[in-house]
Amino acid sequence: MSNWSYVWLGWGITTASLVAYSAWVIARGRALSRRVPPQDRRWM
Amino acid sequence: MTTPQHPVDRAPTPDPTGTGSKGTRILGIVTLLGIALGATLALRTSPPDENMGNAVRLLYLHVPIVTLAYIFATLVTVASVMYLWKKSAWWDVTAAACGELALVFTCLTLVTGAIWGRPTWGTFWVWDPRLTATAMLALLLLGYQAVRRLPGDQPSRARRSAVVGLLVLPNVFLDNRAVTWWRSLHQGTTILETLQPKIHDQMAFALVFNMFVGLLMGAWLLVHRWRLAWLEQQADAVELDEAITARRAEAAQVRAEPAG
Repeated sequence: MSNWSYVWLGWGITTASLVAYSAWVIARGRALSRRVPPQDRRWM
Repeated sequence: MTTPQHPVDRAPTPDPTGTGSKGTRILGIVTLLGIALGATLALRTSPPDENMGNAVRLLYLHVPIVTLAYIFATLVTVASVMYLWKKSAWWDVTAAACGELALVFTCLTLVTGAIWGRPTWGTFWVWDPRLTATAMLALLLLGYQAVRRLPGDQPSRARRSAVVGLLVLPNVFLDNRAVTWWRSLHQGTTILETLQPKIHDQMAFALVFNMFVGLLMGAWLLVHRWRLAWLEQQADAVELDEAITARRAEAAQVRAEPAG
């Protein structure tokens, strides 16, 4: 493998992991918001 | 001419339907633009290194990730100390959010470090003091997640998690100092090297810029994860209330039925 292959592999894995994690956090937040009464959703 | 009774009559803020808000959307857009520019600097503009060649482009990713892992891991201990002192749910939620983010970024540190190590050192992994200390930190953070998920009432869970959270910062310190305390294959302090003239200007700029973008992304993730941790606590409380109501209804039904 050339150095560029390792570079793309590292950047690709990191991007995919962070996109997947962010999507999970946002989706779970939306799902939980539906289960929590509106007055309890306020965090500030 | 009549003047309105309430000249600054604002509409009430709508209840949040997720973890996002206007502020996080703006921060998210700025972060995405920063990532695009940072990736261009790292992958196109900056020159290859004399010794590492193009593998140096992985460091523009690896160093910000390590920095975020250290910041979130440090915040776990800070939030744990504050929880034990103040007994406030706010600090428990902060520790929960930072604990998961620290685990994510520590795992990414190990992965990007291994991928960088293969073309640079000729191996994905060696039992080097820095690498071993980072693996220990990842295992500790995994254990912290397990402790957070143990059954029990909220104050008990928060208290025992905070006690485990106290162990994280000493591990961060050990991990950071491993390259100076022991003979290590891993290079020394990278960030301070950017202040020295031996690094090419474009490389130093790409590294510092990507560090800054990493901090923006970390802030965006922390806000969303914090709000999610808050919602998780509220959902647990709702489930507990529903379970208690159901048990009371069952008990009332049993009492109402005639004996025999």
